[in-house]
Amino acid sequence: MYSYTEFDDAFLAERNAQFRAQVERRIDGSLTEDEFKPLRLMNGLYLQLHAYMLRVAIPYGTLNGAQMHKLADIAEKWDKGYGHFTTRQNIQYNWPKLRDVPDMLDALAEVNMHAIQTSGNTIRNVTADHFAGAAADEVADPRPVAELIRQWSTDHPEFQFLPRKFKVAVSGAAHDRAVIKAHDIGLQIVEQDGVLGFQVIVGGGLGRTPMIGKVLYDFVASEDLLPTLEAIVSVYNLLGRRDNKYKARIKITVHENGIEDIRTRVDERYALIRPQFTGVDQQMLARIEADFAKPTFKTAPLDAYAAAYDSDPIFRSWADTNLSDHHAPGYAIVSISLKAHGATPGDATSQQMHVMADLAATYGHDELRISHEQNVILPHVHRSDLPALHAALKNVGLATANIGLISDIIACPGMDYCALATARSIPIAQEIATRFDELKLEHEVGPLKIKISGCINACGHHHVGHIGILGLDRAGVENYQITLGGDGSEDAAIGERAGPGFAADEIIPAVERLVFGYLDLRQDPSETFLQTYRRLGLAPFKAALYPEARANAA
Amino acid sequence: MAKPFTPKVVTANALLEGDVIYQTATGWTRDLAKAEVLTDEADADLRMIDASQQIDLVVGVYLADVDPDPVPQPVHFREAFRAKGPSNYAHGKQETL
Repeated sequence: MYSYTEFDDAFLAERNAQFRAQVERRIDGSLTEDEFKPLRLMNGLYLQLHAYMLRVAIPYGTLNGAQMHKLADIAEKWDKGYGHFTTRQNIQYNWPKLRDVPDMLDALAEVNMHAIQTSGNTIRNVTADHFAGAAADEVADPRPVAELIRQWSTDHPEFQFLPRKFKVAVSGAAHDRAVIKAHDIGLQIVEQDGVLGFQVIVGGGLGRTPMIGKVLYDFVASEDLLPTLEAIVSVYNLLGRRDNKYKARIKITVHENGIEDIRTRVDERYALIRPQFTGVDQQMLARIEADFAKPTFKTAPLDAYAAAYDSDPIFRSWADTNLSDHHAPGYAIVSISLKAHGATPGDATSQQMHVMADLAATYGHDELRISHEQNVILPHVHRSDLPALHAALKNVGLATANIGLISDIIACPGMDYCALATARSIPIAQEIATRFDELKLEHEVGPLKIKISGCINACGHHHVGHIGILGLDRAGVENYQITLGGDGSEDAAIGERAGPGFAADEIIPAVERLVFGYLDLRQDPSETFLQTYRRLGLAPFKAALYPEARANAA
Repeated sequence: MAKPFTPKVVTANALLEGDVIYQTATGWTRDLAKAEVLTDEADADLRMIDASQQIDLVVGVYLADVDPDPVPQPVHFREAFRAKGPSNYAHGKQETL
């Protein structure tokens, strides 16, 4: 993986020293909060309901063991012994004290990490497929170009005051695990006549006005990618609306002006700036690609794996649910669920982080990933090591076999932490997971993605949940709206609102009715919730959700 | 017709700790029950100005509705969470209440 150059180290040290001085000036009263706020946000420091929150960037979700150990140490030393992994592959600390934050940032710098561009109207931390470099269905590893984009966008002088935040996601596989169509720019690595390039998608986004991104270019050659991105963001910077925060994202710019108009403008801008890109970026990319060389995969007999699979039903259930196909023979991609039934989605204790870091070192070529679905991935594990790995995970409560199932819920922090939230998300996720664990139904129900947001900003991706739940404040009471049929994959779709919302104590039974309704409606156990929804549409699910309406109509 | 003024407290987050604080007659408290209840709009405006000027102590000052009897209690659920802490862990104010 990418390791910092002297330039990177010096840049970060200087930035951290600046922020340390800014914090001191805030504390001694030289800076007002209005002056300090943009400075702290540029360094990932938010003020939430109960405390400050430090959001640390995990570029394209990739970590090594030393970095994960450091995240654990920081949680232990300056927070409450845990961290929260987010839907943008970041980690958040919910309880830092202002005076400690400069020390936390210095600690992060020791392992090539920072909190830059995790807030503010800039190009945010670049996200990628969490199976990057490992997936069997991959055309190319998206992380080298994601790293190049990170370097290009970090402190880019033209893009520090965009109309609104700007998010880029990259996928190198046909199956989209990075929700690229719901990003300001989504990049898909594609192959054309034996040459790799990028399909460029713009104007996707969730939030108040959800939009599926539109294809701007079907194929952009690698050497033309950065000037293309720069042209797009440049056009947006001038054209994007600054009169209304809710209409400021590029999805609205694309929607209001039309993709053809945007393409014309980007083409013009591109022609102007293309000569400035003399190929230095491609030399840098070559160096970065070397950093992401694949590990040396081993060969080993699979007897131990087969024996455990045949004899241990708990291991078998976990293997069936939490493993994905790896491109290397004998290897698997391991998804470690941070969704133990009843636990907070995405939270890991310091001890769990240490264990995952150690396991990555022992069995996983020292690599870890954070998924936007708030789980941790060990991308390269040989199957012969899986029984030992599973046993070690079980010891620390990390062996829940529920990846992709109903209890593998995405939930934003919601009103338990977030100052913007209109209702809580976490307790709803905890209760749904607990309930379906009691019913012992989730493996029978099969693939089903529930995504919960505690406000319209949709950090919990509810619009692309097969079942989406949106928490609102309805006359001073928490109220939850359900959307159905959303999809964050390559077949991206925005969910349809099912009808009136539910009170907090009604939402779990409502989800239960939906799931039982699906079990009755599906053709056979192989037809997933989403497939059934696509075949039948909203009506029969709505009938299951609102039985009173059906009774009244009869 | 102007809405009648309902009882309120001045609240904010502490600059250094980031936690929730409430104004009293003489300073700040971390316990909503000990906050000063304001029932007069002009008085509340003055208290807000006073609080907003304490830039080296507090951040994000605003007025929050309370139910004043027998001690100030939150009206809206958001203020209830601020006064207690998150619901997924016994962290925040509920650790010491």
